[in-house]
Amino acid sequence: MSRSSVYAIDIALVVLGIVVVWQLLHMGAGDVAISSPAATALRAGELLLSDAFWPHAAETGLALFYALVIALMIGLGVGTLLGGHRLSGDVAEPILVALYSLPKITLYPVILLVFGLGLEAKVAFGAIHGVIPVTIFTMNAVKNINPVFLRTSRVLGMGPMQTATHILLPATLPEIVSGLRVGFSLTLLGVIIGELFASHRGMGFLVMRAIGTHDVTTMMAVTLLLAVAAVLIASLLLYIDNRLHRRV
Amino acid sequence: MTRLAWIRLAIVLGAFAALEWLVQSGRISTHTMIPPTRMVTELWAILASGELTGDITQTLGNVAIACLLSVTVGFVVGAGIHAIPRLRRALDPFLTTYYAVPFFVFYPLLVYIFGMNNLPMIAIGFMFAVVAMIINTLNGLDKIPRVYDKVARMHQMSRASMALRIQIPAAAPNLFTGLKLSVAYAFIGVIASEFILAPGGLGYAIAFAYDNFDNETMYALMLFILVLVTAINMTLHYLEQRLLRRQGF
Repeated sequence: MSRSSVYAIDIALVVLGIVVVWQLLHMGAGDVAISSPAATALRAGELLLSDAFWPHAAETGLALFYALVIALMIGLGVGTLLGGHRLSGDVAEPILVALYSLPKITLYPVILLVFGLGLEAKVAFGAIHGVIPVTIFTMNAVKNINPVFLRTSRVLGMGPMQTATHILLPATLPEIVSGLRVGFSLTLLGVIIGELFASHRGMGFLVMRAIGTHDVTTMMAVTLLLAVAAVLIASLLLYIDNRLHRRV
Repeated sequence: MTRLAWIRLAIVLGAFAALEWLVQSGRISTHTMIPPTRMVTELWAILASGELTGDITQTLGNVAIACLLSVTVGFVVGAGIHAIPRLRRALDPFLTTYYAVPFFVFYPLLVYIFGMNNLPMIAIGFMFAVVAMIINTLNGLDKIPRVYDKVARMHQMSRASMALRIQIPAAAPNLFTGLKLSVAYAFIGVIASEFILAPGGLGYAIAFAYDNFDNETMYALMLFILVLVTAINMTLHYLEQRLLRRQGF
Protein backbone atom coordinates (compact mmCIF):
# COMPACT_ATOMS: atom_id res chain seq x y z
CA MET A 1 0.00 0.00 0.00
CA SER A 2 1.23 3.49 -0.78
CA ARG A 3 2.06 6.02 1.92
CA SER A 4 -0.86 8.30 1.08
CA SER A 5 -3.46 5.53 1.20
CA VAL A 6 -2.15 4.41 4.63
CA TYR A 7 -2.53 8.04 5.71
CA ALA A 8 -6.10 8.18 4.36
CA ILE A 9 -6.97 4.99 6.26
CA ASP A 10 -5.46 6.42 9.46
CA ILE A 11 -7.53 9.60 9.11
CA ALA A 12 -10.66 7.50 8.53
CA LEU A 13 -9.81 5.48 11.67
CA VAL A 14 -9.54 8.68 13.72
CA VAL A 15 -12.95 9.84 12.45
CA LEU A 16 -14.37 6.39 13.23
CA GLY A 17 -12.86 6.62 16.71
CA ILE A 18 -14.59 9.97 17.29
CA VAL A 19 -17.93 8.51 16.18
CA VAL A 20 -17.49 5.45 18.45
CA VAL A 21 -16.68 7.62 21.51
CA TRP A 22 -19.69 9.80 20.68
CA GLN A 23 -21.95 6.72 20.44
CA LEU A 24 -20.64 5.43 23.79
CA LEU A 25 -21.28 8.84 25.41
CA HIS A 26 -24.78 8.76 23.98
CA MET A 27 -25.40 5.29 25.37
CA GLY A 28 -24.07 6.37 28.76
CA ALA A 29 -25.84 9.73 29.04
CA GLY A 30 -29.05 9.00 27.13
CA ASP A 31 -31.12 10.93 24.58
CA VAL A 32 -31.88 13.83 26.92
CA ALA A 33 -28.21 14.84 27.10
CA ILE A 34 -26.45 13.65 23.93
CA SER A 35 -28.18 12.56 20.74
CA SER A 36 -26.74 9.59 18.85
CA PRO A 37 -24.39 10.20 15.88
CA ALA A 38 -26.95 8.72 13.46
CA ALA A 39 -29.85 10.84 14.73
CA THR A 40 -27.66 13.97 14.69
CA ALA A 41 -26.46 13.34 11.15
CA LEU A 42 -30.06 12.73 10.02
CA ARG A 43 -31.21 16.00 11.64
CA ALA A 44 -28.25 17.83 10.06
CA GLY A 45 -29.35 16.48 6.66
CA GLU A 46 -32.92 17.73 7.29
CA LEU A 47 -31.57 21.16 8.24
CA LEU A 48 -29.48 21.35 5.06
CA LEU A 49 -32.58 20.59 2.96
CA SER A 50 -34.91 22.99 4.80
CA ASP A 51 -35.49 26.58 3.64
CA ALA A 52 -35.53 27.95 7.19
CA PHE A 53 -31.90 27.00 7.82
CA TRP A 54 -30.07 28.82 5.02
CA PRO A 55 -30.83 32.45 6.01
CA HIS A 56 -29.22 31.69 9.40
CA ALA A 57 -26.16 30.10 7.81
CA ALA A 58 -25.90 33.07 5.41
CA GLU A 59 -26.11 35.53 8.33
CA THR A 60 -23.25 33.82 10.15
CA GLY A 61 -21.24 33.53 6.94
CA LEU A 62 -21.74 37.22 6.14
CA ALA A 63 -20.75 38.31 9.67
CA LEU A 64 -17.67 36.07 9.49
CA PHE A 65 -16.74 37.44 6.06
CA TYR A 66 -17.02 41.11 7.11
CA ALA A 67 -15.15 40.44 10.35
CA LEU A 68 -12.32 38.67 8.49
CA VAL A 69 -12.04 41.48 5.90
CA ILE A 70 -11.83 44.10 8.66
CA ALA A 71 -9.34 42.03 10.69
CA LEU A 72 -7.18 41.48 7.59
CA MET A 73 -7.18 45.12 6.48
CA ILE A 74 -6.32 46.51 9.92
CA GLY A 75 -3.91 43.67 10.71
CA LEU A 76 -2.02 43.97 7.40
CA GLY A 77 -1.84 47.77 7.63
CA VAL A 78 -0.75 48.01 11.27
CA GLY A 79 1.48 44.92 10.99
CA THR A 80 3.33 46.34 7.97
CA LEU A 81 3.89 49.70 9.70
CA LEU A 82 5.12 48.08 12.94
CA GLY A 83 7.30 45.59 11.06
CA GLY A 84 8.92 48.32 8.97
CA HIS A 85 9.95 50.40 11.96
CA ARG A 86 12.17 48.53 14.39
CA LEU A 87 11.52 50.61 17.54
CA SER A 88 7.72 50.65 17.09
CA GLY A 89 7.74 46.90 16.56
CA ASP A 90 9.84 46.24 19.68
CA VAL A 91 7.58 48.48 21.75
CA ALA A 92 4.36 47.03 20.36
CA GLU A 93 5.10 43.29 20.43
CA PRO A 94 4.62 42.60 24.18
CA ILE A 95 1.52 44.83 24.18
CA LEU A 96 0.06 42.83 21.27
CA VAL A 97 0.87 39.51 22.94
CA ALA A 98 -0.77 40.75 26.16
CA LEU A 99 -3.89 41.79 24.21
CA TYR A 100 -3.88 38.41 22.45
CA SER A 101 -4.20 36.47 25.69
CA LEU A 102 -6.82 38.71 27.30
CA PRO A 103 -10.27 37.15 27.63
CA LYS A 104 -11.87 39.49 25.10
CA ILE A 105 -15.28 38.16 26.03
CA THR A 106 -15.05 40.55 28.99
CA LEU A 107 -15.38 43.42 26.52
CA TYR A 108 -18.56 42.08 24.94
CA PRO A 109 -20.90 44.39 26.91
CA VAL A 110 -18.87 47.38 25.66
CA ILE A 111 -19.33 46.22 22.06
CA LEU A 112 -23.07 45.88 22.68
CA LEU A 113 -23.23 49.37 24.20
CA VAL A 114 -21.39 50.86 21.23
CA PHE A 115 -22.90 48.91 18.32
CA GLY A 116 -26.28 47.79 19.66
CA LEU A 117 -27.77 44.36 18.96
CA GLY A 118 -27.34 43.02 15.46
CA LEU A 119 -24.88 42.33 12.69
CA GLU A 120 -22.52 45.21 13.56
CA ALA A 121 -21.88 43.92 17.09
CA LYS A 122 -21.14 40.40 15.81
CA VAL A 123 -18.78 41.70 13.13
CA ALA A 124 -16.98 43.96 15.60
CA PHE A 125 -16.63 41.17 18.14
CA GLY A 126 -15.32 38.75 15.51
CA ALA A 127 -12.89 41.37 14.17
CA ILE A 128 -11.34 42.19 17.57
CA HIS A 129 -10.63 38.47 18.01
CA GLY A 130 -9.04 38.06 14.57
CA VAL A 131 -7.11 41.30 14.18
CA ILE A 132 -4.34 40.64 16.72
CA PRO A 133 -2.94 37.37 15.32
CA VAL A 134 -2.99 38.84 11.79
CA THR A 135 -1.10 41.91 13.07
CA ILE A 136 1.50 39.82 14.95
CA PHE A 137 2.17 37.47 12.01
CA THR A 138 2.36 40.35 9.48
CA MET A 139 4.68 42.34 11.72
CA ASN A 140 7.09 39.42 12.10
CA ALA A 141 6.95 38.65 8.37
CA VAL A 142 7.82 42.22 7.40
CA LYS A 143 10.49 42.45 10.11
CA ASN A 144 12.21 39.29 8.87
CA ILE A 145 12.31 40.11 5.14
CA ASN A 146 15.73 39.44 3.72
CA PRO A 147 17.31 42.94 3.47
CA VAL A 148 18.94 41.92 0.17
CA PHE A 149 15.47 41.88 -1.43
CA LEU A 150 14.84 45.48 -0.44
CA ARG A 151 18.30 46.59 -1.57
CA THR A 152 17.74 44.85 -4.91
CA SER A 153 14.50 46.75 -5.40
CA ARG A 154 16.32 50.02 -4.72
CA VAL A 155 19.09 49.11 -7.15
CA LEU A 156 16.51 48.28 -9.83
CA GLY A 157 14.80 51.62 -9.18
CA MET A 158 11.43 50.10 -8.32
CA GLY A 159 8.69 52.44 -7.07
CA PRO A 160 6.84 51.85 -3.76
CA MET A 161 3.89 50.17 -5.52
CA GLN A 162 6.14 47.86 -7.51
CA THR A 163 8.17 47.02 -4.39
CA ALA A 164 4.95 46.16 -2.57
CA THR A 165 3.52 43.88 -5.28
CA HIS A 166 6.77 42.30 -6.49
CA ILE A 167 8.78 42.01 -3.28
CA LEU A 168 6.87 42.63 -0.04
CA LEU A 169 3.78 40.61 -0.90
CA PRO A 170 5.46 37.45 -2.24
CA ALA A 171 8.04 37.48 0.57
CA THR A 172 5.49 37.84 3.37
CA LEU A 173 2.59 35.83 1.91
CA PRO A 174 3.33 32.52 3.69
CA GLU A 175 3.40 34.16 7.13
CA ILE A 176 0.31 36.22 6.33
CA VAL A 177 -1.59 33.05 5.41
CA SER A 178 -0.48 31.52 8.74
CA GLY A 179 -1.86 34.61 10.50
CA LEU A 180 -5.08 34.36 8.54
CA ARG A 181 -5.40 30.69 9.56
CA VAL A 182 -5.08 31.49 13.26
CA GLY A 183 -7.21 34.61 12.79
CA PHE A 184 -9.96 32.63 11.05
CA SER A 185 -10.47 30.29 14.03
CA LEU A 186 -10.62 33.16 16.51
CA THR A 187 -12.87 35.30 14.31
CA LEU A 188 -15.35 32.42 13.96
CA LEU A 189 -15.28 31.92 17.72
CA GLY A 190 -15.95 35.64 18.23
CA VAL A 191 -18.86 35.69 15.78
CA ILE A 192 -20.45 32.56 17.30
CA ILE A 193 -20.09 33.84 20.87
CA GLY A 194 -21.68 37.08 19.68
CA GLU A 195 -24.61 35.12 18.29
CA LEU A 196 -25.01 33.04 21.45
CA PHE A 197 -25.54 36.11 23.62
CA ALA A 198 -27.52 38.67 21.77
CA SER A 199 -28.87 37.84 18.35
CA HIS A 200 -32.02 36.78 16.58
CA ARG A 201 -30.36 35.24 13.56
CA GLY A 202 -27.39 33.04 12.75
CA MET A 203 -26.10 29.59 13.68
CA GLY A 204 -25.32 30.62 17.28
CA PHE A 205 -28.92 31.76 17.68
CA LEU A 206 -30.17 28.41 16.31
CA VAL A 207 -28.12 26.63 18.98
CA MET A 208 -29.48 28.85 21.74
CA ARG A 209 -33.08 28.43 20.51
CA ALA A 210 -32.69 24.63 20.38
CA ILE A 211 -31.34 24.67 23.94
CA GLY A 212 -34.27 26.81 25.05
CA THR A 213 -36.73 24.20 23.74
CA HIS A 214 -34.62 21.24 24.99
CA ASP A 215 -34.16 20.06 21.42
CA VAL A 216 -30.80 18.33 21.94
CA THR A 217 -30.75 16.71 18.48
CA THR A 218 -31.09 20.05 16.65
CA MET A 219 -28.55 21.70 18.95
CA MET A 220 -26.02 18.98 18.22
CA ALA A 221 -26.86 18.93 14.50
CA VAL A 222 -26.18 22.69 14.17
CA THR A 223 -22.96 22.27 16.16
CA LEU A 224 -21.93 19.38 13.91
CA LEU A 225 -22.53 21.44 10.76
CA LEU A 226 -20.57 24.35 12.23
CA ALA A 227 -17.71 22.05 13.26
CA VAL A 228 -17.53 20.33 9.86
CA ALA A 229 -17.60 23.67 7.99
CA ALA A 230 -14.94 25.12 10.31
CA VAL A 231 -12.65 22.09 10.01
CA LEU A 232 -12.99 22.05 6.20
CA ILE A 233 -12.12 25.76 5.85
CA ALA A 234 -9.29 25.45 8.37
CA SER A 235 -7.90 22.37 6.53
CA LEU A 236 -7.98 24.25 3.24
CA LEU A 237 -6.08 27.16 4.81
CA LEU A 238 -3.64 24.69 6.39
CA TYR A 239 -3.04 23.07 3.00
CA ILE A 240 -2.36 26.46 1.33
CA ASP A 241 -0.20 27.46 4.29
CA ASN A 242 1.95 24.31 4.06
CA ARG A 243 2.35 24.63 0.29
CA LEU A 244 3.41 28.28 0.51
CA HIS A 245 5.91 27.51 3.24
CA ARG A 246 7.41 24.62 1.31
CA ARG A 247 7.79 26.75 -1.83
CA VAL A 248 9.98 29.34 -0.11
CA MET B 1 13.44 49.61 33.51
CA THR B 2 14.66 49.67 29.95
CA ARG B 3 13.88 52.46 27.51
CA LEU B 4 11.43 50.22 25.64
CA ALA B 5 9.52 49.48 28.83
CA TRP B 6 9.24 53.22 29.57
CA ILE B 7 7.84 53.89 26.09
CA ARG B 8 5.36 51.04 26.55
CA LEU B 9 4.24 52.41 29.92
CA ALA B 10 3.84 55.89 28.38
CA ILE B 11 1.67 54.46 25.57
CA VAL B 12 -0.62 52.58 27.99
CA LEU B 13 -0.94 55.59 30.31
CA GLY B 14 -1.49 57.85 27.28
CA ALA B 15 -4.34 55.61 26.09
CA PHE B 16 -6.00 55.80 29.51
CA ALA B 17 -5.51 59.58 29.64
CA ALA B 18 -7.06 59.95 26.17
CA LEU B 19 -10.04 57.83 27.25
CA GLU B 20 -10.41 59.90 30.42
CA TRP B 21 -10.44 63.11 28.38
CA LEU B 22 -12.91 61.75 25.79
CA VAL B 23 -15.42 60.79 28.48
CA GLN B 24 -14.87 63.79 30.78
CA SER B 25 -15.32 66.22 27.87
CA GLY B 26 -18.56 64.47 26.89
CA ARG B 27 -17.30 63.24 23.51
CA ILE B 28 -18.18 59.70 24.61
CA SER B 29 -21.45 59.45 26.51
CA THR B 30 -21.31 58.20 30.11
CA HIS B 31 -24.03 55.73 29.14
CA THR B 32 -21.40 53.96 27.02
CA MET B 33 -18.20 54.42 28.99
CA ILE B 34 -17.14 55.78 32.36
CA PRO B 35 -13.85 57.65 32.95
CA PRO B 36 -10.94 55.32 33.88
CA THR B 37 -10.40 57.19 37.17
CA ARG B 38 -13.98 56.35 38.18
CA MET B 39 -13.32 52.70 37.24
CA VAL B 40 -10.36 52.67 39.62
CA THR B 41 -12.19 54.30 42.55
CA GLU B 42 -15.22 52.05 41.96
CA LEU B 43 -13.02 48.95 41.84
CA TRP B 44 -11.32 50.02 45.06
CA ALA B 45 -14.70 50.42 46.75
CA ILE B 46 -15.84 46.98 45.54
CA LEU B 47 -12.65 45.26 46.68
CA ALA B 48 -12.72 47.05 50.07
CA SER B 49 -16.37 46.17 50.71
CA GLY B 50 -15.64 42.49 50.08
CA GLU B 51 -19.00 41.89 48.37
CA LEU B 52 -17.35 40.20 45.38
CA THR B 53 -14.61 38.26 47.19
CA GLY B 54 -16.66 35.08 46.73
CA ASP B 55 -17.00 35.63 42.97
CA ILE B 56 -13.30 36.37 42.61
CA THR B 57 -12.18 33.25 44.51
CA GLN B 58 -14.66 31.12 42.57
CA THR B 59 -13.36 32.28 39.18
CA LEU B 60 -9.71 31.99 40.17
CA GLY B 61 -10.29 28.56 41.71
CA ASN B 62 -11.98 27.27 38.56
CA VAL B 63 -9.23 28.68 36.33
CA ALA B 64 -6.56 27.10 38.55
CA ILE B 65 -8.22 23.65 38.47
CA ALA B 66 -8.77 23.82 34.69
CA CYS B 67 -5.12 24.84 34.18
CA LEU B 68 -3.70 22.15 36.41
CA LEU B 69 -5.82 19.45 34.75
CA SER B 70 -5.07 20.58 31.21
CA VAL B 71 -1.33 20.94 31.75
CA THR B 72 -1.04 17.46 33.32
CA VAL B 73 -3.40 15.68 30.93
CA GLY B 74 -2.05 17.64 27.92
CA PHE B 75 1.53 16.66 28.75
CA VAL B 76 0.73 12.97 29.28
CA VAL B 77 -1.45 12.73 26.16
CA GLY B 78 1.10 14.71 24.10
CA ALA B 79 3.93 12.42 25.18
CA GLY B 80 1.75 9.38 24.44
CA ILE B 81 0.85 10.59 20.94
CA HIS B 82 4.48 11.44 20.25
CA ALA B 83 5.50 7.86 21.01
CA ILE B 84 3.25 6.52 18.20
CA PRO B 85 4.30 8.34 14.98
CA ARG B 86 1.50 6.88 12.88
CA LEU B 87 -1.21 8.02 15.30
CA ARG B 88 0.45 11.39 15.54
CA ARG B 89 0.45 11.92 11.77
CA ALA B 90 -3.24 11.04 11.57
CA LEU B 91 -4.14 13.32 14.50
CA ASP B 92 -2.13 16.33 13.28
CA PRO B 93 -4.82 17.89 11.04
CA PHE B 94 -7.40 17.48 13.83
CA LEU B 95 -5.16 19.14 16.40
CA THR B 96 -4.37 22.11 14.14
CA THR B 97 -8.02 22.71 13.26
CA TYR B 98 -9.29 22.07 16.81
CA TYR B 99 -9.55 25.73 17.73
CA ALA B 100 -11.71 26.45 14.67
CA VAL B 101 -14.54 24.44 16.25
CA PRO B 102 -16.60 26.65 18.54
CA PHE B 103 -16.70 24.28 21.56
CA PHE B 104 -18.47 26.90 23.46
CA VAL B 105 -21.84 25.77 22.17
CA PHE B 106 -21.48 22.65 24.31
CA TYR B 107 -21.52 24.70 27.49
CA PRO B 108 -25.31 24.84 27.98
CA LEU B 109 -25.39 21.09 27.32
CA LEU B 110 -22.75 20.52 30.01
CA VAL B 111 -24.83 22.57 32.45
CA TYR B 112 -27.76 20.35 31.57
CA ILE B 113 -25.71 17.20 32.27
CA PHE B 114 -23.68 18.24 35.34
CA GLY B 115 -26.09 20.78 36.81
CA MET B 116 -25.52 24.40 37.73
CA ASN B 117 -22.17 24.17 39.51
CA ASN B 118 -18.46 24.62 38.88
CA LEU B 119 -17.99 21.41 36.87
CA PRO B 120 -19.26 22.63 33.46
CA MET B 121 -17.07 25.73 33.66
CA ILE B 122 -13.99 23.72 34.57
CA ALA B 123 -14.82 21.31 31.73
CA ILE B 124 -15.00 24.15 29.16
CA GLY B 125 -11.80 25.74 30.49
CA PHE B 126 -10.13 22.32 30.24
CA MET B 127 -11.40 21.68 26.68
CA PHE B 128 -10.02 25.07 25.64
CA ALA B 129 -6.67 24.72 27.33
CA VAL B 130 -5.71 21.06 26.94
CA VAL B 131 -5.08 21.06 23.18
CA ALA B 132 -2.66 24.00 23.39
CA MET B 133 -0.66 21.92 25.89
CA ILE B 134 -0.79 18.78 23.69
CA ILE B 135 0.39 20.71 20.61
CA ASN B 136 3.26 22.35 22.49
CA THR B 137 4.32 19.09 24.13
CA LEU B 138 4.54 17.54 20.64
CA ASN B 139 6.52 20.54 19.32
CA GLY B 140 8.88 20.36 22.28
CA LEU B 141 9.54 16.62 21.93
CA ASP B 142 10.04 17.08 18.16
CA LYS B 143 12.86 19.53 18.72
CA ILE B 144 15.03 17.24 20.87
CA PRO B 145 18.18 16.49 18.84
CA ARG B 146 18.74 12.81 17.99
CA VAL B 147 22.20 12.92 19.50
CA TYR B 148 20.71 13.30 23.02
CA ASP B 149 19.04 9.94 22.53
CA LYS B 150 22.33 8.35 21.61
CA VAL B 151 24.10 9.90 24.61
CA ALA B 152 21.38 8.53 26.91
CA ARG B 153 21.79 5.08 25.42
CA MET B 154 25.56 5.23 25.76
CA HIS B 155 25.14 6.02 29.46
CA GLN B 156 22.58 3.21 29.68
CA MET B 157 20.02 5.52 31.26
CA SER B 158 16.68 4.05 32.25
CA ARG B 159 13.50 5.23 30.49
CA ALA B 160 12.48 7.24 33.58
CA SER B 161 15.79 9.02 34.10
CA MET B 162 15.98 9.73 30.37
CA ALA B 163 12.58 11.43 30.54
CA LEU B 164 13.46 13.37 33.68
CA ARG B 165 17.03 14.35 32.87
CA ILE B 166 16.96 14.74 29.10
CA GLN B 167 13.55 14.97 27.48
CA ILE B 168 11.71 17.25 29.90
CA PRO B 169 14.57 19.78 30.27
CA ALA B 170 15.15 19.81 26.50
CA ALA B 171 11.46 20.36 25.77
CA ALA B 172 11.06 22.88 28.62
CA PRO B 173 10.79 26.06 26.49
CA ASN B 174 7.90 24.60 24.49
CA LEU B 175 6.29 23.12 27.59
CA PHE B 176 6.38 26.58 29.12
CA THR B 177 4.70 28.06 26.03
CA GLY B 178 2.03 25.38 26.46
CA LEU B 179 1.58 26.38 30.09
CA LYS B 180 1.27 30.07 29.16
CA LEU B 181 -1.35 29.36 26.50
CA SER B 182 -3.21 27.01 28.86
CA VAL B 183 -3.51 29.79 31.44
CA ALA B 184 -4.82 32.23 28.81
CA TYR B 185 -7.29 29.71 27.35
CA ALA B 186 -8.51 28.55 30.77
CA PHE B 187 -9.30 32.17 31.66
CA ILE B 188 -11.18 32.67 28.39
CA GLY B 189 -13.13 29.42 28.81
CA VAL B 190 -14.11 29.97 32.44
CA ILE B 191 -15.02 33.66 32.16
CA ALA B 192 -16.97 33.18 28.93
CA SER B 193 -18.95 30.32 30.54
CA GLU B 194 -19.74 32.51 33.52
CA PHE B 195 -21.12 35.07 31.09
CA ILE B 196 -23.63 32.65 29.63
CA LEU B 197 -24.91 30.81 32.67
CA ALA B 198 -23.34 30.40 36.08
CA PRO B 199 -24.09 30.38 39.80
CA GLY B 200 -21.52 33.16 40.32
CA GLY B 201 -18.04 34.35 39.41
CA LEU B 202 -16.51 37.42 37.78
CA GLY B 203 -18.04 36.87 34.33
CA TYR B 204 -21.45 36.40 35.94
CA ALA B 205 -21.01 39.59 37.98
CA ILE B 206 -20.14 41.56 34.81
CA ALA B 207 -23.14 40.16 32.90
CA PHE B 208 -25.36 40.90 35.91
CA ALA B 209 -24.12 44.51 36.07
CA TYR B 210 -24.66 44.87 32.30
CA ASP B 211 -28.24 43.62 32.54
CA ASN B 212 -28.93 46.13 35.31
CA PHE B 213 -27.34 49.11 33.51
CA ASP B 214 -24.81 49.29 36.34
CA ASN B 215 -21.93 50.66 34.25
CA GLU B 216 -19.78 51.54 37.28
CA THR B 217 -19.59 47.96 38.58
CA MET B 218 -19.30 46.53 35.05
CA TYR B 219 -16.31 48.66 34.05
CA ALA B 220 -14.65 48.30 37.46
CA LEU B 221 -14.78 44.49 37.12
CA MET B 222 -13.57 44.59 33.51
CA LEU B 223 -10.59 46.64 34.65
CA PHE B 224 -9.97 44.10 37.40
CA ILE B 225 -9.89 41.18 34.95
CA LEU B 226 -7.67 43.06 32.48
CA VAL B 227 -5.17 44.05 35.19
CA LEU B 228 -5.21 40.56 36.76
CA VAL B 229 -4.64 38.70 33.48
CA THR B 230 -1.93 41.16 32.38
CA ALA B 231 -0.15 40.73 35.74
CA ILE B 232 -0.26 36.92 35.44
CA ASN B 233 1.01 37.09 31.84
CA MET B 234 3.87 39.40 32.79
CA THR B 235 4.90 37.10 35.64
CA LEU B 236 4.89 34.07 33.32
CA HIS B 237 6.81 36.03 30.68
CA TYR B 238 9.45 36.95 33.28
CA LEU B 239 9.79 33.33 34.41
CA GLU B 240 10.06 32.20 30.79
CA GLN B 241 12.87 34.66 30.06
CA ARG B 242 14.76 33.36 33.11
CA LEU B 243 14.26 29.76 31.98
CA LEU B 244 15.50 30.57 28.46
CA ARG B 245 18.52 32.44 29.79
CA ARG B 246 19.45 29.52 32.02
CA GLN B 247 19.29 27.25 28.98
CA GLY B 248 21.66 29.59 27.15
CA PHE B 249 19.28 30.92 24.47
